[in-house]
Amino acid sequence: MNLTSFFAMGGYAVYVWPCYALAALVVGLNIVWARRSLRAARRDARRRIAMSKSAATP
Amino acid sequence: MAWVWFHRFGSPPHFYRLARRLTPWFGWPALILCLYGVIAGLGFAPPDYQQGDGFRIIYIHAPAAWLSLMVYVVMATSAAVGLIWRMNVAHAVAASCAPIGASFTALALATGMLWGRPMWGTYWEWDPRLTSELLLLFLYLGYMGLRNAIEDLSRADRASAVLAIVGVVNVPIIHYSVIWWNSLHQAPTVMKFGRPSMPAAMLLPLLAMLLGFSLYFVALLLTRARGEVLRRERSARWISEALAQE
Repeated sequence: MNLTSFFAMGGYAVYVWPCYALAALVVGLNIVWARRSLRAARRDARRRIAMSKSAATP
Repeated sequence: MAWVWFHRFGSPPHFYRLARRLTPWFGWPALILCLYGVIAGLGFAPPDYQQGDGFRIIYIHAPAAWLSLMVYVVMATSAAVGLIWRMNVAHAVAASCAPIGASFTALALATGMLWGRPMWGTYWEWDPRLTSELLLLFLYLGYMGLRNAIEDLSRADRASAVLAIVGVVNVPIIHYSVIWWNSLHQAPTVMKFGRPSMPAAMLLPLLAMLLGFSLYFVALLLTRARGEVLRRERSARWISEALAQE
């Protein structure tokens, strides 16, 4: 199997490769989004704790 | 025994710590399985006798479609648990499912269109399988839209849980659509009774991708659910302790 025929995908290259590219995009974005969502929640929680502490000890 | 587990799992600090510890145990195997699946599926599986190399889209399409349904079932089940037992952790899990499920439903639809163009001669057809899968995408988007529209988190949890539970009727419709109606979409090859109608060199990468995507979903879910658990807790001491450890 040579590389040219591998990338040609038996004439289906224009359908197969975009498919794998989209999958990589969705898989990657989900990781970024999940981490970002957790980070935002942590930041909010820290802020809430700081606010409740400053309210308790004026 | 089961009740002890149920209560421990329902306790936010316990869930938070457990989820953090478990995430890599799902994430890394998922990566290995998907790497094997993509390499074997693209490079080593034999071309299909009818669909040539175009069939290799299945290694993305089938796992994405599988996730689109599995994520919905997980979302509706945990929404029901949250509603019935007023369990915040379950609501946190349900809320975490929606964006993941929506993105994989969109991926399943897009890859299905890319497969349909060369094989059926059309990107889209208002066929039972395709239409019900599109409805699933709208259910996810509706669920997320409803949550965004309600300011109060516990009210958003309860209202969206009802939507998730009602929408679960669509899941068997999607799954059996190719059997109940005369659909353009082919009937199941792997998820059916009896032996899968595929040689091992084609089947093994597909099974690896199905399992890999599922484990990847669990890793994503655990990460998101930790954030959602934090959002539902008000100035509890365990939060400062948990945050201090990270």
